[in-house]
Parts: sequence; C-alpha cells; structure tokens
Amino acid sequence: MNDEKEEKFNIGAHVYESSESNKTGSWRAFKPIVTDKCIGCGTCEKTCPDGTIKVNPKTKKAEIDYDYCKGCLICMNVCPVKAIEKEIEK
Amino acid sequence: MVKKVVEASQAIAEALKLCKPAVIAAYPITPQTHIVEHLSQMVADGDLKSEYIRVESEHSAMSACFGAACAGVRTFTATASQGLELMHEILHIVSGSRLPIVMAVANRAVSGPINIWNDWSDAMAARDCGWIQLYCETAQEALDTVIQAYKISENHEILLPTMVCIDGFYLSHTYEPVDVPDSLNGFLPDYDPVVSIDMKNPITQGSFGTPPHFQEFREQQYHAMNRAKRVIKQTNKEFAEKFGRSYGNGLIETYNIDKAKHIIISLGSICGTIKYLLEKDNIKDVGLVRIKSFRPFPEEELREILNEYESVGVLEKAVTLGIGGPVWSELRGLTSKPIADFIGGLGGRDITLDNIREVFDKIRSSDTGVHWLGSKLKGDYDD
Repeated sequence: MNDEKEEKFNIGAHVYESSESNKTGSWRAFKPIVTDKCIGCGTCEKTCPDGTIKVNPKTKKAEIDYDYCKGCLICMNVCPVKAIEKEIEK
Repeated sequence: MVKKVVEASQAIAEALKLCKPAVIAAYPITPQTHIVEHLSQMVADGDLKSEYIRVESEHSAMSACFGAACAGVRTFTATASQGLELMHEILHIVSGSRLPIVMAVANRAVSGPINIWNDWSDAMAARDCGWIQLYCETAQEALDTVIQAYKISENHEILLPTMVCIDGFYLSHTYEPVDVPDSLNGFLPDYDPVVSIDMKNPITQGSFGTPPHFQEFREQQYHAMNRAKRVIKQTNKEFAEKFGRSYGNGLIETYNIDKAKHIIISLGSICGTIKYLLEKDNIKDVGLVRIKSFRPFPEEELREILNEYESVGVLEKAVTLGIGGPVWSELRGLTSKPIADFIGGLGGRDITLDNIREVFDKIRSSDTGVHWLGSKLKGDYDD
C-alpha cells in the first residue's frame, strides 16, 4: 500500500483535496439570470443541486456563482415570483 | 455464550447486533429475507443503535450504504436474487471506491421464469464486481462469517466489500442451534475509516478516473483481493483462538480426504448433505473440498489438492451458459486430472442423496463432461 501511495494512486481514487479548483461552469447550455424581481426568499438557494446560489444578506438578492452553476434551471422553475430568467450561454 | 435455535437469517442479525453497524439500509419486500426484518425489530426495540433506512429499492439500499460508508461509518445491507441484480451497478462503485461494506446475500435463483428459491445464480453473476464472496454451510458459520467479514473488509490492506452468501431457504429459513457470543471480546476493532466527511478538510470522493489513471485503480483492487487470501486465513485463525470455531483454513475446508482417491468440490449448505452421505454410506474413496471463499479464489490450495487425487467432480447450483458451471470452469485450468461438472439444485430443486451417489459414481469413472442432475428433458441434446 505504501508504494501505491507514492505513485499518488490514492486507494479508492479519493482525492485528498477539495474539488473547488475544478470549475464546471463551462458545462452550461443555459444561463440563469436573477432579475430585480428577486425578493431574497432563498428558495433557489435551498434547491440548487450544486450549492451555487447564495442570498446576499446586504442586497437581499440571490447571487449565482457561475464558476460552478451548470444551468439546470431548477432555480428558475422553483422561484415563487418568477425572478429568474434564462439566456442561451454564449 | 448463549445457545439459540434460530434460522441463519436471525443468526446474521445476531452477528450485527455485536458488530453494531451505524447504518443499515434495506428494501423490505420479496426477495428480501428475515435478516432485515430481525434487524428492524432490534432497532425498534432499542437493542441495536443503528440508523435503519427503509429505502425504495435495492439500488437505493446499496446507494445509501455507499453514501454512509463515504461518510465514514460501518454499514450493512442484505438482499438476494433480483434485488442483487438491481443493485449491480452500485456494487462496482462500492468496490472501486474501496468501501468495506458487508452484505448478506441469501442465494436465490434469478428469473425468468420467475423463481425465488435457492441456487447461486445471483451471487455468481456478481462474481466480477470486486466483492469478496464467502459461502457458508451452516447458520453458525453465517454468524461467524459476518463478524469475520467486517474484520477482513475493514483491514487497511484490503478495503474491499464482502458478500456473506448463505443458501436461500436451506439456511436463511431453516432453524439450527447456534452459539451466539455475548460479546466480540476485542475481536473486531472499532471501524477506522480511510475516508470520511470532515467539513474543515474537504476531500473529493467519487472522482473521475481518466484513461491515464483508471487502470491502476483496478490493478490496486486486484492486488488487494489477492492479499485478502492471507487476511481471510489469518482472520479464521484469530477467530478460532477467541471463539473456538474455525472453517478449514478460511478459504477452503476439506473433509474425508485422507484415504480418498477422488474429490468432490462444492460450496455452501449442500456440503453438509455431502458430509452426511459420506458418513452414512461409510465412503472412504471420495473426499470433499468445500470452497468457502469464491472471491478471492484459493487457487494455490486447490491446485495442490486436485493434483493429488485421481479424479475430481464439481457439484454446483449455477451455470454459465456456453461453458458449464462457473466453479468447474475456474478449476479446469488448475489441473490435468479429469474434472466432471454436475449442475443441479437450480431454482430450489432438492439435491437428493441418490443424486449425490450418482455424482460419486461418475467421478469414480473419471468423467469430464457437464451433467445436469436429474434432468427431465427427453431426447438427445447433441450440441
């Protein structure tokens, strides 16, 4: 097992660091856009499967981290005031 | 130590009461067995402090165990037949992620036609999923093997999941006297996970293995499975020291082989019937080799034994269409001695004493063919 470690093939292919450096936003086909209609209720934050949405406590608006958002548009579909729109990713 | 008259399903549940898995996930309906029924009762009664997750399918049962094992706790599930088929893809993910999950499989046929009775088709079809497979002969052995399985799987040199295979109905639903230990008496150390969830030190589990890396991870599993032979033998020995019971050398068990000229090889509970017949008929020229560990396959031990005898026969409750029986096809490469194959007991058909007497006669005649025990098909099958 020691020699396996030296070659950096961690047992079970587990990687002993965060996957934060692996940005996945480029997978997006559609880009969700938060408009001024946002009431900061946090529904999208709770339902985002990748944890890329946070409600900014100062502005009380949802903010999307486009480094990781993959454009699944669940946020757009769950928004109770239809504050999230989509556009085609360029 | 308390002697209880229980079915193997309850014997396994009693073993888990001692091993204390943190998470048990199971799907409760057919082809599920009483194992998880007993476990859910223990949890409900407060006798077992496990998180019991009643999931909506076997695929989810194994997925829940996978998630819990990733989080760093001891886990358990049980299944059989179609249930094992449904969790098939997760079996690979668990072993590839090197998570030491232990699962009881009450071996049953796989449909169709629809059949829920005993044979080994389910586990044999899962042969190449990277799980250790240990086949038990008795309810006592089932209890003892579950305890050993955690010790083997969780060994940091191994880190492979284990299936504890018991014959459906013949063991799972049959009552036998079983010694239930009061405690494990230090035999099984606390689970020391290699990976766990730590919010302060995030790691990545379930990562990609791209072409430059993937093959090496399989190669590591291959070596770990080979190392498991030594660890299984060692664990069998340590278990004997603590509890006074052992099963051959842990990988195989021999019976009546000293004066024998011929060998019959089999797995599981039918070996009890074979032992009974050898004694009842006072047979000296046939000896039994019971394979307990089908994965890893005890190649060295079997090669040594097979070459000492005139002829060999395999009695097995599974078939791999296009070759013969899965056990027979593995053994043929180990010796130049005649090896015959006897496929029987499929879908729960009884293998009778007369069937086994027939098998002995065929082995004595140095037969090398594939035979279907008690076939009712008429006419020639000249294939």
